[in-house]
Amino acid sequence: MDVLGRYRNLIVLVGVLFAQVLGLAVQVKRTTDNESTRLIRIWAVGTVTPLEKALVWAQTSTGNVWHSYFYLRGVRAENRSLKAQVEQMSLERVRMSQDADQARRLQALLAFKEQFISATMAAQVIGSSGSELSRSVYIDKGERDGIKPDMAVITADGIVGKVLRVYGSTALVLLIDDQTSGVGALLDKTRLQGILRGTPSGEVVLEKVMSDETVPAGEMVLTSGGDGIFPKGLLVGRVTKVAPGTELFLNIRVRPAADLSKLEEVLVVTKIDERQAEPDQTGAARAIDILAERLPKVPAKPENAVKADAAGAVAPGTVAPTTVAPLSTGSDLKPKAVPAEASAASGAPAAQKKASPASSSGPKATAAGTPAVKDSPKPVKATAEPKAQPTVEDSPH
Amino acid sequence: MAITYTSGEQVEVYRFSIPATVLIPLAAVFLQAFLPLRFRFFSIFDLPLLVTIGFATARRSPLAGLLTGSFIGILQDALTHHPIGLYGISLTVVGFGASSLGIKLDVEHSGARFLLTIFFYVVHEIVYFMIARGLVGLHMEWSWPHELLSGVANALLGVLIFMLLDRVKQRT
Repeated sequence: MDVLGRYRNLIVLVGVLFAQVLGLAVQVKRTTDNESTRLIRIWAVGTVTPLEKALVWAQTSTGNVWHSYFYLRGVRAENRSLKAQVEQMSLERVRMSQDADQARRLQALLAFKEQFISATMAAQVIGSSGSELSRSVYIDKGERDGIKPDMAVITADGIVGKVLRVYGSTALVLLIDDQTSGVGALLDKTRLQGILRGTPSGEVVLEKVMSDETVPAGEMVLTSGGDGIFPKGLLVGRVTKVAPGTELFLNIRVRPAADLSKLEEVLVVTKIDERQAEPDQTGAARAIDILAERLPKVPAKPENAVKADAAGAVAPGTVAPTTVAPLSTGSDLKPKAVPAEASAASGAPAAQKKASPASSSGPKATAAGTPAVKDSPKPVKATAEPKAQPTVEDSPH
Repeated sequence: MAITYTSGEQVEVYRFSIPATVLIPLAAVFLQAFLPLRFRFFSIFDLPLLVTIGFATARRSPLAGLLTGSFIGILQDALTHHPIGLYGISLTVVGFGASSLGIKLDVEHSGARFLLTIFFYVVHEIVYFMIARGLVGLHMEWSWPHELLSGVANALLGVLIFMLLDRVKQRT
């Protein structure tokens, strides 16, 4: 009894350590998820995450007030810049839509099935695991919001990770720089495939690329879709360093496109659909709409001038003073009256002589992107109300 | 200043109120999970470890020390995606060791606390490293300069935390 009393502390220590080692061994041995420890995890997460949520909510609310009411300086300049960007992107979209349409036709010929993200859910990052060796974060969406394990988590910049555990109103997301994560990836130009893994130091490496391959630094890394979690083609990051690795493989360091150390909001991919590629029949029309949008605008004619025009009607067959670009079928698009010279010089699909309405049932675009134009015997009359339908009166032949 | 040997009769034993016993470890685990997201550099600190050492040295009871360490460690483990027990085991050892050493040494001075924290930080990392590699099979890299630097950073913060804990501890 004396011995037990004397070594009581040591015996308790050994007992507690033994119990924990045993528990650890059981958890490691199990190949399935740690369901045996789920209750402890639920309690711990349920204790810590409400506080995190409250703090993040307070922080976000304060930030929103600041951005909504006080931080308006520079908005005009930013707006101008964004408009210019939109213009540039619209042009780019025209070119890409043509490429995409061609690709779809080819894919349809090959009966190609493509995956695409059809639904996402925005979530706020509320906390981390608190350990350098467990690179994972908690988000404020969980089972009640339809989040399930193995859903992909992304940002606008690139992929972030996957949902590992789901609780009632939170979920644990395993980041791609964790050493236990694995993402199927491929190099953009060389199309070499590998497995993306994290390292203990938090770096991301692309493994299983043979050492006899040439991989340039700066090459983009995309998801390959092989892991069944991330759809193919999402941006992962860029190659920063390539060195000979162990055995037959290269050691390729990758810098993730998404900043994993400053995550605030993420998107959880809740639905990925697979569909057979079909040629897009409306591609050409959309391209024309975009071009029409880009045509220069002429200020609306004063009412007096319109009346004067109406009074002194232009004789049939003569050239009208203005022409009208083809209209889009979209409800938000406005008709644009452009000078005939400007239209001709820019190669825009506006008629050189007369106005021509365009609608979904109107004249179709030609392959070259120029719509058919009808001569109008009547003068052009602009209307004040913006409508999707032609606003220029055009008489039938 | 230095760590001085004191007899069992000389050491003062403190206790903490129940709210402090529960809320301080919870706050430490919460801040450890929350702050690194906002301040990247904070991930070098280990608040739960510092609180474990602080409680253990103040109470000077090995039993209370190991149980406190075990509780805080398991709570910390539960937030990670690794099996529960990694932090649990290492903090159990640290709690037991710190309280046992607290009986033998005078750890009321900042210098002693600073050295003690560095020592137990390294002990904690060694135990964690061994379990993570040996039992769980995680790949880990050991770097003495990194561990010592982290130890010093944690010790500096630890001295401040121990001063805060001094305010809530009660003499028995």
